[in-house]
Amino acid sequence: MTRRDEPSSAPFARLTAVTKRFGRTPPALDGIDATMRGAEITGLVGPDGAGKTTLIRLMTGLMLPDEGNVEVLGHDTRQHPAEIQTAIGYMPQRFGLYEDLSVQENLDLYADLRGLPTPERARTFAELLEFTDLGRFTTRLAGRLSGGMKQKLGLACALLRKPQLLLLDEPGVGVDPISRRDLWRMVRKLTEEGIGVVWSTAYLEEAEACDHVLLLNRGRLMFSGPPREMTARVEDRVYRLTGIDGRRRDRLARLLGEEGVIDGVIQGEAIRLVMKPGVPPPRPVNDEEASVRTTAAPPRFEDAFVDMLGGGPGGRSRLAETQRSFIAEDDKPVIEAHGLTKRFGDFTAAADITFDIARGEIFGLLGPNGAGKSTTFKMLCGLLKPTAGDGRVAGFDLRRDAPAARNRLGYMAQKFSLYGDLSVGQNLNFFAGVYGLSGARKRERIDLMTEIFEFRPVADMSAKDLPLGLKQRLALACAVLHEPEVLFLDEPTSGVDPITRREFWTHINGLVEKGVTVLVTTHFMDEAEYCDRISLIYRGRSIALGSPDEMKTRAASENLPDPSMEDAFIALVQASEEAA
Amino acid sequence: MIVARPSRKSRGGGSRRFAALVRKEIYQIIRDPSSILIAFVLPMILLFLFGYGVSLDTTRTRIGLVVEDETPLTRDLAASFEASRYFAVIEGRHRRDFEDDLVLGRVRGLVVIPASFAADLAAGREPTVQVLVDGTDPNTANFVLNYAQGAIANWERQRSNEGLANPPAIAAEQRFWFNAELTSRNFLVPGSIAIVMTLVGTLLTSLVVAREWERGTMEAMMATPVSAAELLAGKLLPYFILGLTSMTLCVLIAVFLFDVPFRGSVVALYVLSAAFLMPALGQGLLISAVTKNQFLASQLALISGFLPAFLLSGFLFEINSMPTVIQWITYVVPARYLIPSLQTVFLAGDIWPMFAQAITVMLLIGSIFFALAARNTRKRIS
Repeated sequence: MTRRDEPSSAPFARLTAVTKRFGRTPPALDGIDATMRGAEITGLVGPDGAGKTTLIRLMTGLMLPDEGNVEVLGHDTRQHPAEIQTAIGYMPQRFGLYEDLSVQENLDLYADLRGLPTPERARTFAELLEFTDLGRFTTRLAGRLSGGMKQKLGLACALLRKPQLLLLDEPGVGVDPISRRDLWRMVRKLTEEGIGVVWSTAYLEEAEACDHVLLLNRGRLMFSGPPREMTARVEDRVYRLTGIDGRRRDRLARLLGEEGVIDGVIQGEAIRLVMKPGVPPPRPVNDEEASVRTTAAPPRFEDAFVDMLGGGPGGRSRLAETQRSFIAEDDKPVIEAHGLTKRFGDFTAAADITFDIARGEIFGLLGPNGAGKSTTFKMLCGLLKPTAGDGRVAGFDLRRDAPAARNRLGYMAQKFSLYGDLSVGQNLNFFAGVYGLSGARKRERIDLMTEIFEFRPVADMSAKDLPLGLKQRLALACAVLHEPEVLFLDEPTSGVDPITRREFWTHINGLVEKGVTVLVTTHFMDEAEYCDRISLIYRGRSIALGSPDEMKTRAASENLPDPSMEDAFIALVQASEEAA
Repeated sequence: MIVARPSRKSRGGGSRRFAALVRKEIYQIIRDPSSILIAFVLPMILLFLFGYGVSLDTTRTRIGLVVEDETPLTRDLAASFEASRYFAVIEGRHRRDFEDDLVLGRVRGLVVIPASFAADLAAGREPTVQVLVDGTDPNTANFVLNYAQGAIANWERQRSNEGLANPPAIAAEQRFWFNAELTSRNFLVPGSIAIVMTLVGTLLTSLVVAREWERGTMEAMMATPVSAAELLAGKLLPYFILGLTSMTLCVLIAVFLFDVPFRGSVVALYVLSAAFLMPALGQGLLISAVTKNQFLASQLALISGFLPAFLLSGFLFEINSMPTVIQWITYVVPARYLIPSLQTVFLAGDIWPMFAQAITVMLLIGSIFFALAARNTRKRIS
């Protein structure tokens, strides 16, 4: 076993001044210098479009750099790709499994392709099946496995002939938190055997679990080193404000306007602040704020990343300022779900989902992919007819008045479903038409969106060519053109960079202050912290409902006094399984 | 650059890798309903369509028959029309009774035996029978005209046999070799086998390779020690066998269900089919290597493979009657070489000099496609 700090741990891979371009867009990778070592997990961290997949493909030798060199296990990828490919294990983003083949058949195929000698097979298969806990499913078709099991099978296939270097491209995507933890444990075990692991991820919190982090943003290497070195830059500058009376979003908006505040986000009922170096945290200025307690908090990777990028976008939302108010006297819920159930054949996608959402509340449906979030969401939009139960949105019954209800809501679909071949202006025009705006009002709203989101310079660009941050803005603009009373957001900020995410939530927070009601689905634990209340959806059922802080309190134990949202999720899932 | 060079560690593993790839492909074919659909169900539908539905023969075309003057002579001629197995006759007294029917397509033609017919014949003048046809459908119009003439000629012959008139000076007697009854099914069914193999070879192959790119399995494959040549060969062999299986099924149906004669040898059938599958598969691989996308691949396969095999191969339309430029294009359509050879195998027998030429050209086109496909299948993601 090689110790990390020993000089003998020679680099397993070395990138020297690597640049890769696709077409005339800015380079996907721009002058990257990096090394990756054995017996370590190297986290390749960054938002979508940062260049993570390109970098991994360059390391497999399946893609060649335009400039610079990539050396893997002592071989140059230009000269000896075949030698590299025999010695690495690679799991692409979409697993690379054959869905029509069973678990065992997939293993057999990769064993043959990687030339695993017959005498070693029985033992290796047994080991891997035990390691991945897939032993019971060997005859099941890969296409019928859950996301987490597919990921584990993909890993097993990549490990068949023990590779020296294992390249994993976003293995955490689409996997429930429990499987994700299993995966981490498995990979950690591999490093103990001396294997080098490259784990790419868009989840910044995953960076903290790596030995070494390469932080990428827009094709540039922002940081290379142990994660602690990164978080050290914001050490003693991070605070949690708890005990805030009432409107914490409004308070956050004001705090973000203050000189010494670099970054701030809503964290359950608390506010998390990053201060400029040497600036003390803000003191309560009046009696109303006297209840606020300020405590130092351990820094997170994301805090440091935002600090590195020069801080968040500030707390003002022009969108919210121009929004008319929906605050009403009555306290009737705006969205109601009562026993919503959807069955497809003998499969129950959602069972007995019940909740009420009050005006001006952000409510989250939190759960892994395939848990039933989207099904619930679609029933509430009137896109799917419930098998049982009923619901109301903005006073309209879903079974009878779904089209009327849809006029009152703005919908932002996963991955920003814009028309890629239409320009920014055309997209706005189209969505304005779809929402029934016309004449002067249409022009006025489009002009306003163009101004608020600064679309003028890109008005004629095709939506598909926009940088991710602008796509995100355009999707939001299209969803709020008609000033909806209710906003439905489907995985709104997964994979986007932290600055864009903050900008997005600043707008949402502002809209909520004006009485807009928001329903969010997410599998992204961090996003749940922005919500007032969440419903944990697991295998089609709501297993817990409450504020993020309540969830964490319920999950707290002696070993884990201050659980993260993910810890809480796992604890609550386990509790519900024990109860069942 | 094709990374076909085996690495040191993988020597000897080549045949094993190849076998694994072939096995994987076979599992997929068996389990994927779309493969079965394209390789077996579509061919059946096509074959039944050509076997039963589409017929270029005219049997029982509806015509109107106007007998303006009822005499034993005209009655006799009318009976000759009614007896024809090519016509379903509706009789009337005036042509205006049928004008609407002709315009509306309720009858395909109108035969008028004029009032002067008997008188002309008796006076030794040449009598006329008027045939009106719907020119918007020239094919049917021609059939009606020809068969009407045939019916009249029959009638004359009968009369001459009965000694009532002078026999015609020369009677042309037609005889069709190999397909004596001129049943179009007999040459359509062998031709449609070429279409079926184009479906399997080009459409299905391009789809399955493109699907591997879309699902990311190609990427995972390429990051293993497997070579590009092995990847290509691992796709080829299963679909080659599938194409031949599909062809065999079609031949069995043709011979046993449709009674299409089979006068050549089984060897010739398989040699020709195998040769044809080379350009078909090569084209499929090339398309998928270039597009890497199922939608584009299927469109390209249909436009560049299926339609030319249908329209430019002499299957339905006579190549000689096409414009010269189009005729040149037909030279690069592999089906053009297969279809006449297959029809020969079925209807005439083995004519090896003809087959040899067709096989040579098909293999030539095939090797060009393979060279292009290999050039475009690199172990690289662009």
